[in-house]
Amino acid sequence: MEEFFQQLTNGLAVGGIYALIALGYTMVYGVLKLINFAHGDLFTLGAYLGLTLLTSLGLSGHLGTVLGLIVLAIMVTGFVGIAGALLERAAYRPLRDSHRLSAVVSALGASIFLQNTIMLIYGAKNYVYPLDILPRTTLHIFGLPVPLVRILILTASLLLMAGLYLFIQKTRLGTAIRAAAIDQGAAKLMGINVNQVIMIVFLVGPGLGGVAGLMVGLYYGQVNFTMGWVYGLKAFTAAILGGIGNIPGAMVGGLLLGVIEALGAAYISIAWKDAIAFCVLIVILIVRPTGILGERVADKI
Amino acid sequence: MGEGMILKIENLHVKYGQVEVLHGINLHVNKGEIVTILGANGAGKSTTLNAISGLVKVSSGAIYFEDQPISKVPAHRVVELGVAQAPEGRRVFGTLTVQENLNLGAFTNRDGDNIIQTLGWIYELFPVLLERKNQLAGTLSGGEQQMLAIGRALMANPKVLLLDEPSLGLAPILVKAIFKTLKEINEAGLTIVLVEQNARAALKLANRGYVFEVGKVALEGPSADLLEDPNVQNAYLGGNH
Repeated sequence: MEEFFQQLTNGLAVGGIYALIALGYTMVYGVLKLINFAHGDLFTLGAYLGLTLLTSLGLSGHLGTVLGLIVLAIMVTGFVGIAGALLERAAYRPLRDSHRLSAVVSALGASIFLQNTIMLIYGAKNYVYPLDILPRTTLHIFGLPVPLVRILILTASLLLMAGLYLFIQKTRLGTAIRAAAIDQGAAKLMGINVNQVIMIVFLVGPGLGGVAGLMVGLYYGQVNFTMGWVYGLKAFTAAILGGIGNIPGAMVGGLLLGVIEALGAAYISIAWKDAIAFCVLIVILIVRPTGILGERVADKI
Repeated sequence: MGEGMILKIENLHVKYGQVEVLHGINLHVNKGEIVTILGANGAGKSTTLNAISGLVKVSSGAIYFEDQPISKVPAHRVVELGVAQAPEGRRVFGTLTVQENLNLGAFTNRDGDNIIQTLGWIYELFPVLLERKNQLAGTLSGGEQQMLAIGRALMANPKVLLLDEPSLGLAPILVKAIFKTLKEINEAGLTIVLVEQNARAALKLANRGYVFEVGKVALEGPSADLLEDPNVQNAYLGGNH
């Protein structure tokens, strides 16, 4: 029972991170029908920027741990969001009217470009986050031990998801995003500036991915320049699992994938952790290609 | 631009890739008029509306709305200026509710009181939309979706309403009802440009008409004249009766 609970909480924490990254894939797919392969590298950028800002500004020293981390998260979101918007401008907008495959190739190119840029700036070695940022205490819930870090990570990701959900469902801009995802032409006829909507999607999606990068750094304590590849693939799996293009789907898919992966690693074999995640992808594509909450059939990338 | 003219198209050319589909359209619409554009499939009727709305690129020629050139104005700004379109095939947002669709129609309208007033008017014109306001638009019947598409366009509070085949796929009795409502909308002061395949109904409603043939204006004139024209009768009204 105790091990199951351990794995469950670990899975939920990692799942929350997957969900945050998956939201970026699914939002971009929603409006552009494009898989942004550079999204994983924007996540990496978030992890590195977080580390740099953390060590150079010493925010948690000046402002206290809680406020310091919030300011840090906002800065990372902002910077990575801007990077995402620039990426859209440089790599995707010029290809908006071209064949879809061109944009996919451009996305792969952007991924390689970003990954190598990070390597050139920081070098190819692993970096370690300062360990004393998050409290390493363990709480006891119903007599079962849970590290506080996991609760913080899960709470933060759930709060961000709730915020995004409210933004999409309740605000004027959110409705515009939903309209543009359904029918861009009709959205233009409503007076919606679709280019602006796409830019906002590329601010918000990568922004959330960037925060997820920061969370991975804080949770695992270590970052390297290729980390975006695996996290990107896992989050992509989560987005497909929930139904690509569907925002609640990405949240559910992320949490579910995290839990499946953690339980699989514990009860089957830790060496098979990644294989289990990708088996989920294969099974979902065979059995229910629209994902758990998706209604549209995912077309070819 | 002449006195009372609200919309004017001069020598409009539009290409899709290499293929030119509009070969120099000239057309004008006076304030308060209903003008209909008739023609077979592929004559360029929808392309003309989409050129006005800014959805397709104009390769040469000019479009003026209230003396202002709009052929290079992006689509979302055209709506703000006062030209709304209910597009072909209705294109309502199927996974959003009727109410959300109507709210999106008012996206450019920042005047809250006016939005409530317009919404009340639309529910008066189409009471069925009020009954179904919390239903997803995709679950409405074809006729109801068409009413929603027209209502949604009206929410922008436009001066000119462009309608692309509102009768498409609807039962004759519904077409009659919708055309009657269009008359009411026009009497409330809106200028209407109506693209139709249902030539007889359209000409009976409109003040003037244009007949398009393969990207050109083949005939134009007052509706009464077009209804009597033997060429129009043979081609679009099913011969002499």
